[in-house]
Amino acid sequence: METQLKTFVAGAVRYFETVAQQHAEVGLPYLKEPDNDDFLLDCAAVIGISGSYRGCVYFSATREMLEQLMKTVGEQNTHPELVLDFVGEIANTIAGNAQRDLGAGFLISVPVVIQGISTVRLPKEIPHFIIPITWQKHKSFMVIAITNK
Amino acid sequence: MKLLIVDDSNFIRRAIERHAESFNIKEIRTANTGKAALRALNDFVPDLITMDITMPEMDGLTCVEAIRRVNATSRILVISALSDRSMAVEALKRGANGFLLKPFNEDSLREAVADVLED
Repeated sequence: METQLKTFVAGAVRYFETVAQQHAEVGLPYLKEPDNDDFLLDCAAVIGISGSYRGCVYFSATREMLEQLMKTVGEQNTHPELVLDFVGEIANTIAGNAQRDLGAGFLISVPVVIQGISTVRLPKEIPHFIIPITWQKHKSFMVIAITNK
Repeated sequence: MKLLIVDDSNFIRRAIERHAESFNIKEIRTANTGKAALRALNDFVPDLITMDITMPEMDGLTCVEAIRRVNATSRILVISALSDRSMAVEALKRGANGFLLKPFNEDSLREAVADVLED
């Protein structure tokens, strides 16, 4: 699993360095405890994984962070629908980039975006690794819940 | 120059449109699915098409193939987060002229567009 997690950490770093042209602090991944839902923030996107892997990749961030990041990249329109579209695009990009290391059999779905923290259902039978990402003092989380088929 | 942007993400369509304004592109149209792109091409012949891969209804590679059956002249730049090398090879095989990996910024987009147009 360590190799897979390194792939997602590298993808998150690359995302911020390319798009925002700023560095994001990516913390050490840790295993989600059953009663820990701290990673659930205002806006989230879930990417379903299929092919030679199964599970999901989940990105969660505060609306405040997403709006600031959008403005940094030149998008002045922060309509709620566009913010949700943006969070989906972040999840899609980081998950898609993982294909380079995980192989062409790592297939991703289109993102399902979620507003609010109470509507998330993640697969319970797969361990969830949480990757904390801090950009401009804003916290966000990448959650990796994948397993080989 | 005329541009058709095909991507299911409104954020990405707007980002490409924003960057494209500095590339001497005079007319821009957008489509949020492969099928919408094919409909747009009924009355619009772009010099350049940017094409996402992972989209609902019709994926970008299928759409490239469909475009090439009726249009051999437009240059097609596939822009995707899917980073396995085979994806870029497949895109070129289906008729694309270039492949740009997401995430991108204005500089990398400009460079990829220039490569595809000069190729």
